[in-house]
Amino acid sequence: MTTPVSPFAVAHLKVVPRRFYGRWLSAALILLIMAFIINAFAHGQIEWKVVAQFMTAKVIMQGLLNTILMSIYAMTIGIVLGVIFAVMVMSPNPMLRAIAGFYIWFFRGVPLLLQMLLWFNLALVFPMMGIPGVFEARTVDLITPFIASLLGLGIGQGAYTAEVVRSGILSVDNGQTEAAKAVGMTRLTALRRIILPQAMRVIIPPVGNEVISMVKLTSVASVIQFSEILHNAQTIYFANARVIELLIVATVWYLAVVTVFSIGQYFLEKTFARSQRRNVKARPAAVPAGVQA
Amino acid sequence: MSAPMVVAHDVHKYYDNYHALKGINLEVAAGEVLCMVGPSGSGKSTFLRCINQLERLHSGAIWVDGELCGYRQKGDRLRALSDNDIARQRLSSGMVFQRFNLFGHMSALQNIMEGPLVVQGRKRSEVRAEAEALLQRVGLADKAGAYPSELSGGQQQRVAIARALAMRPKLMLFDEPTSALDPELVGEVLMVMKDLALSGMTMIVVTHELGFAREVSNRVVFMDQGEVLESGTPAEVLNHPQHARTKEFIAAILS
Repeated sequence: MTTPVSPFAVAHLKVVPRRFYGRWLSAALILLIMAFIINAFAHGQIEWKVVAQFMTAKVIMQGLLNTILMSIYAMTIGIVLGVIFAVMVMSPNPMLRAIAGFYIWFFRGVPLLLQMLLWFNLALVFPMMGIPGVFEARTVDLITPFIASLLGLGIGQGAYTAEVVRSGILSVDNGQTEAAKAVGMTRLTALRRIILPQAMRVIIPPVGNEVISMVKLTSVASVIQFSEILHNAQTIYFANARVIELLIVATVWYLAVVTVFSIGQYFLEKTFARSQRRNVKARPAAVPAGVQA
Repeated sequence: MSAPMVVAHDVHKYYDNYHALKGINLEVAAGEVLCMVGPSGSGKSTFLRCINQLERLHSGAIWVDGELCGYRQKGDRLRALSDNDIARQRLSSGMVFQRFNLFGHMSALQNIMEGPLVVQGRKRSEVRAEAEALLQRVGLADKAGAYPSELSGGQQQRVAIARALAMRPKLMLFDEPTSALDPELVGEVLMVMKDLALSGMTMIVVTHELGFAREVSNRVVFMDQGEVLESGTPAEVLNHPQHARTKEFIAAILS
C-alpha cells in the first residue's frame, strides 16, 4: 500500500525556522550597556529623593505651565505668520514677494538666541513705543521676558512654517487653481476654499514635527529670564546646588510633554488623512444591484 | 440673428518667443455649437483658455456676450481690470478640463455646490436642490456623496460638466473633455454634451472626436500652427476639406 513519493514533494520534511544570531547578539550587547548606564545612575551622586521631591514642586509646575503655554502661543503665531508669508511669497505682486522673501531670509538666517536678545533689548533702539497722542509706553515696560520670548519664538517659527506651507501649496495640482478660477473664484478665495484644505495633508506632518521642536526651543528663553521649566530648575539649583537632580526633573517633564504632543500629532494626521479617500473603500451604496461580490 | 456670444478679433499669443496664436478671427453665435479640431500644439486649447482668461492675450481682443475680456474702455483708453472684475467676467463661461480637475477634498455634490454658494452667495437649500437636479441630468444621482477618487474618469467628467453648469453660464468651453478617458467611457460624456447642445447651450468644444463634431456641431474650425485654416459646416470641413493639412489630419485620425 505504499504510494510512490514524488521527488518534488516536501510535505514530509521538517521545517527549521531561520535563526537570527545577529539579533540575539545585539540585544545582549544593548542590555549590557543599559545595565552599565542604570548602574552608573544608581550609584552616581544623585539624590533620587530630591528628584522625587522637586518633580511636582510648585516652581517646577509653574515653569511647566509656562513652557506649554509658550509653545502653544508661539506656534500659533508661527502658523498664522507662516500661512500669510507663504501666500505673499507666491503672490504675483512683486512688492509682497520681496517683503516675504526678506522676512524669510532674515529670520531663518539669524540664530534664535540672538533674535531673543535683540527683542529683549529693543529699548536701546526704540526707547518709547505706541501711537502718538493715543497711547505711549516705555519699551522697557512693554517688552517683558514673556513678550520678547513670544516674539522671538513666534516670528522665527513663522519663517520656517512659511516654507512648509509653501511646499504644501506647491503639492496641489495647478488644475485645482484653474478649476477654482473657472467657477469664478478670486485668487484668495481659491486658496482658502480649494488649495489650502488640500495642502494640509502635506503641511501637517512637518508642522507636527516643529511643534515638538518648539517645546524644546522654549528652553532658550531661559537666557532672557523667562520662567519656563529649565529656567526655574536652574533657579532652584543655584540655591540648593542639586544640579543633576533638577536637570533630571526638567528632562522627565520635557519628555512627558513631547510624548503627549506626539500622540496628538498622530490623531491629527489620521483626521486629515481621512479626507484623502484613495485608500478607503467606497461606500456600499455605490454597488449596482446584481454585481455584489 | 442675435448678437454673437463670442467675438475674437486678431488674437495673438506668445509663449516667450513661441508664437502660439497668429491672429485668430472668430465669431460664435448664441446657441451655436462650434468644434475646434487640429493637431496638438495647434493652439486650440490656448485659444479656449484665452476666452475665459486663464491665459492672457498679447494683442487683439476677445468679446464675450458683448463685454470686452480683461479691459474696461474709458474714452480712448483701455484700463486693465482687477482680479475681482476678471473673476466676475469668468462667470459668463463654464469650463470643462481635459483632466476634470474636480476638487479632491469635496464630494460630487459639494463640488457642484461650491461655486454657487461661495462665489454667487446663493441660498443653500436652493443651490442643493439645483445641484441634485444637475447630477440627475448627467446620470449620477446616486453618486452625490462620492469623492472624485471613488469615481471613474467618465463619471468625474460628468460631475465636472454639472459643476460648470451650476454657475448658469451663457457659454460652455470644453477643453478636450474626452482625451483623458478610457475608450469605453468616452460615450457617456459625449452623450451628456450632446444633450446639452440640444438644450440650446452655446458651446465651444476642442476635441479629436470627429464623430461628435460631425453629428452635433453646427460648425467646425480646423486650426494648425496657431492659425484657423478652415471653417465651415461639419460636412464641408470634415468631408470635403480644402486645405492639404486638413486632409492630412483627417486622414490620420480616421486611419
